[in-house]
Amino acid sequence: MPQQGLSWDLLADLQLLLEFHFMQNALLVGTLVAVLAGAIGYFVVLRGQSFATHMLSQVGFPGAAAGVLVHTSPVLGLIVFCVGGALGIGWTGRGVDAGRRSESAAVGSILAFAIALGLLFFRLYAGSAQGVYGFLFGSILGVTDQDVVLTAVTTLAGLAVIALIGRPLLFASVDPEAAEARGVRVRAISIAFLVLVALSVAETVQVIGTLLIFALLVTPGAAAQRLTSRPGLGLGITIGLSLLFMWGGLSIAYFSLYPVGFFVTSLAFATYLGIRLVKAAA
Amino acid sequence: MNPLSYDFMQYALLAGTFTALAAGLVGYFVVLRNEVFTSDALGHVAFTGGLGALLVNLQLLLGVFGSTIAVSVGMGSLGGRSRGRDVAIGTVFAWVLGLGALFLSLYTSAKSGASGGTAGVSILFGSILGLQATQAAVTAVAGVVTSLALLAIARPLMFVSIDPDVAAARGLPTTAIVIVFLVLLGATVAEAVQAVGALLIFGLMVTPPAIAQRLTSRPFTGMLLSGALAVGFVWLGLALAFYLSYPASFFITALAFGTYVVTLAVGRLRRVTT
Repeated sequence: MPQQGLSWDLLADLQLLLEFHFMQNALLVGTLVAVLAGAIGYFVVLRGQSFATHMLSQVGFPGAAAGVLVHTSPVLGLIVFCVGGALGIGWTGRGVDAGRRSESAAVGSILAFAIALGLLFFRLYAGSAQGVYGFLFGSILGVTDQDVVLTAVTTLAGLAVIALIGRPLLFASVDPEAAEARGVRVRAISIAFLVLVALSVAETVQVIGTLLIFALLVTPGAAAQRLTSRPGLGLGITIGLSLLFMWGGLSIAYFSLYPVGFFVTSLAFATYLGIRLVKAAA
Repeated sequence: MNPLSYDFMQYALLAGTFTALAAGLVGYFVVLRNEVFTSDALGHVAFTGGLGALLVNLQLLLGVFGSTIAVSVGMGSLGGRSRGRDVAIGTVFAWVLGLGALFLSLYTSAKSGASGGTAGVSILFGSILGLQATQAAVTAVAGVVTSLALLAIARPLMFVSIDPDVAAARGLPTTAIVIVFLVLLGATVAEAVQAVGALLIFGLMVTPPAIAQRLTSRPFTGMLLSGALAVGFVWLGLALAFYLSYPASFFITALAFGTYVVTLAVGRLRRVTT
């Protein structure tokens, strides 16, 4: 990877960072992913759907493996499985909630099965351990040109839909009853939102992996909501934080050769902790 | 060919049976007390703890048991789970897993051999067919001890889980009972990680009790049924893995999940016909 180490010359460091094609792809996809994840993540926290997000990311794991198995893009498999899972949750019509006993047992059973299915697909493919780790913990090496295009298309589509339904979505999230009374189609909007979550989970997995999705889809939104209660500003802070975690994580990972997921989650964890401590002291 | 004539199958059966028994029994209370996501989080801790121990040249088992029991008790003594803390817990455990990924990468580059690369996979997805004699013995003994301890506190624990206020009013040491339960939970997660892996412990700890609760509403029958189901899944899963040579943890989880779906469907049908 980098031939020289870091120096105090920032311009040279930046050139070093952008020297290789794989890193250009990773940064490009990372940026697209972080913008969409930030925009969606703000609403995920607002609607209390962090658990559904966790669930969708694990449902995506066999999708990625299936994509590899049938020789198409793993991102495509992720999208198919995640959107399928989102429609399933939306179809049953109940909010997935970690707090309820029968629901959490059912969800736990589904999650274990999904991961086991992913494991089986990987064995069928006779894939290496490294491939499994890539999908579980993320990888900056695996982003192909095809993935960049696919990610760009889904990000643009996702942002367009968010722009379109943003206002009623905010209304329906803050006060569903009042929104319903005003003629907002709350159920349709919540299903549409779950599909958006699925798309952004599918994208995010390719960079930081199935198991670490929380750090980009939930933590920035949670941190932003501790800082401000104004929706516009909060949305901006969320996107800014997720970009920061993504760029920081990718750059440090590039220069250190350790997994990108560790740095992204560490940055997220440290920021969240810092904000909570500052708020507690104030 | 007779599966039992192979050493690795004997070890797998020995460790698997008692792990499953403990997981089914403890899991019943996990579902009853609605601590499903505590056990999920503990699975993640086990991954990082196990790799951390390997990294500093300690026994893997030591790291797995030590970290899960410590965190289980720590989480329990913080107590009072509320909705707002989902995000905090999720953020912490995402970081713990990230740390595990770092340990894995450090360990892999330090060992730079086949053993380094597979250590992580076997913690994540289980390695019941690859147990050594001592590992199997330790796991089996731990399973027996956990099961017996749980049976010993089953009656007061049931009381505390169903109605903590009345139990406290009757003079039961509720805090002590819960802490003992959390220690047992940590130990069981550590055992189950050996059998089915950190990512699949739900298949042994949550699915069997979920099935049992659908089949009977009597608490002690349910608890024993849950233990028996878990043992059954492990036996069948091991047999299938032996003949079909796909991962045992896949078969165990798939059998449990399939049974759960059938139970749900039969329950639906019965409700429709009556």
